Amino acid sequence: MAELLKPGQGPLDYGKRRWLQAVFAVTLFVLYLPIFVLIAYSFNVQNRSGVWKGFTLENYAKAWNNSDLMSALLNSLTIAFISTIFATIIGAMIAVLLWRFRFPGKPAYEGAMALPIVIPEICMGVAMLLFYARTGMMTGMTHLSWPFNLGTIIIAHIAFCFPFVAVVVRSRLVGFNRQLEEASKDLGASEWQTFTRILIPYMMPGLIAGALLAFTLSLDDFVITFFTSGPETVTFPVKIYSMVKTGVKFEVNAASTILILITVVATVIAMKFQAPEQSGH
Amino acid sequence: MTDNSLSDAPPPAGTIVSIRNVSKRFAGGVTAVDDISFDIAQNEFFALLGPSGCGKTTLLRMISGLETPTSGQILIDGQDMSLTPPNKRPTNMVFQSYAVFPHMTVADNVAYGLRVTGVAEDETKRRVGEALEMVKLSHLAQRKPDQMSGGQRQRVALARALVKRPKVLLLDEPLSALDAKLRDDMRMELTRLQETVGITFIIVTHDQDEALSMATRIAVMDKGAVQQIATPSELYEHPRSRFVADFIGKVNLIEGRVVGKKANAVILDVPSIGKMEMATKDIVGETAAIAVRPEKLKITKAEPKDAKLVKVKVAIRDVAYYGDTSDVVASLPDGQDLYVTVQNESRDGGSGVERGAKVWMSWEPKDSLLLTE
Repeated sequence: MAELLKPGQGPLDYGKRRWLQAVFAVTLFVLYLPIFVLIAYSFNVQNRSGVWKGFTLENYAKAWNNSDLMSALLNSLTIAFISTIFATIIGAMIAVLLWRFRFPGKPAYEGAMALPIVIPEICMGVAMLLFYARTGMMTGMTHLSWPFNLGTIIIAHIAFCFPFVAVVVRSRLVGFNRQLEEASKDLGASEWQTFTRILIPYMMPGLIAGALLAFTLSLDDFVITFFTSGPETVTFPVKIYSMVKTGVKFEVNAASTILILITVVATVIAMKFQAPEQSGH
Repeated sequence: MTDNSLSDAPPPAGTIVSIRNVSKRFAGGVTAVDDISFDIAQNEFFALLGPSGCGKTTLLRMISGLETPTSGQILIDGQDMSLTPPNKRPTNMVFQSYAVFPHMTVADNVAYGLRVTGVAEDETKRRVGEALEMVKLSHLAQRKPDQMSGGQRQRVALARALVKRPKVLLLDEPLSALDAKLRDDMRMELTRLQETVGITFIIVTHDQDEALSMATRIAVMDKGAVQQIATPSELYEHPRSRFVADFIGKVNLIEGRVVGKKANAVILDVPSIGKMEMATKDIVGETAAIAVRPEKLKITKAEPKDAKLVKVKVAIRDVAYYGDTSDVVASLPDGQDLYVTVQNESRDGGSGVERGAKVWMSWEPKDSLLLTE
């Protein structure tokens, strides 16, 4: 007779397998320990030896008072905000297009749209830089006044963010009951009313998830930003990098912790919205 | 074939939907609907009945405008609908999946069709209230659909369509997703609603019981064509073809060869039974089938005396006892199985019907039908 399986004893459970648990623990340790150390040190009293000297918020105050760092943060938030709006609109439009219509060359188009997800960032950065340089956009745009001097970075960020939005929104659309659309038209709604009153509310969780994803991707992007920024425009990650080059200052820890916080919160919210709904329809 | 001949009775005066030579061919060469013509009268409860894939849903969707005919015309209240999109047609549909909008409350769902067409908000409120009352959902007006049962969502879909006051209400398999008990309730509810609102209902179903019990007229469809249009009782008692006889209720079809013709009758040679005369007005080909319903067959131990009866000796193969009736399977001498419904009138188990028994089976010729198609 088969024994009743207790939780953790099934063939696919890891509860009883010590080596699996060990691998799991080591993975977590390697992944997260540096981050936790960074966060912990952001509260450490500044000293040269790097040992724990006591809790303080001084590093955060210093970061706050570092006007270069703060203007870099403002740049980053502005870039992320604007590029998120555009990436969400473009991504959603592509998602609806790919979900709704059949047209010749659709697989090729679909592949081309997903390219920025798989293409190495360094290639995209270089390509963008060459494009901007050749078309004169680099000199033309970066000499405009703020925030227009961020234009080159924003365009680059939109370009690598929208495919992520498209993927998220499209996976949401797969679950859409086409009869809802038919019902709407049958009840007298035009194509546009159906789109705004039925389809967009249905896509909303996907739109929010996609937008938050785009926001975090844009906020902490380094490589593409590095290539596409003008001489005067510095973003938060680029600024942190330049500060690290001259030795790790404790205010960098504080600044990084803030960046982590924003990203984690946005990602958690995005995952909440992306999770499949409990109630079926 | 002109389909007018399929209709046993001309439609009552005041045609609301007129289907004229409508065909629908899908990409890939599938013909879903093949040159159908018929009329539906004002206030009818009309059923499109047929097995899955017979084209009934496609026809319904063409009436609603969600599908466009490949050829032919659909007229609603005398107006050609060929160029009218679904949102401009005086029809509303209750979808098989109900298609209740998940992000709206019940009241907002019902109000949707009025709001998108610019009906004033106070009139919308009043009409939504009336519609919810009609389907007995007033107490759930502020609920979201995901907190409701299938039957309740169905009522939302009904109210949402009826609040638009369509000339024709289209229902696509409205009962198929409900459990048996709810289905009976809803069936009565639909009949009541149709009588109250006085709107033409067109229902699509594959369930003959549903069609027979609710509809005033039924179009039986098969392979994209209408086989017969008639009232439920006409359809049951006077099916036009083997397909209709077999689809509506249970029937025994006994095939025979035509060996002689008279003015209003034919002589049929049936292998197990012998030669017999059947009244008919139709032109009969080489073969024809006798159709007899199971409840019209009698089983007796002794040979029946009445000379009018058609009688044959059969062997009982199987008996299924249901209390008030028993379903009996009896084999003709040539091996064909016939189904007989026996009323269990006395307590001793009826007329000695048990497996293996050799008994006489008989029926009155007027209870059988000659089918040539």
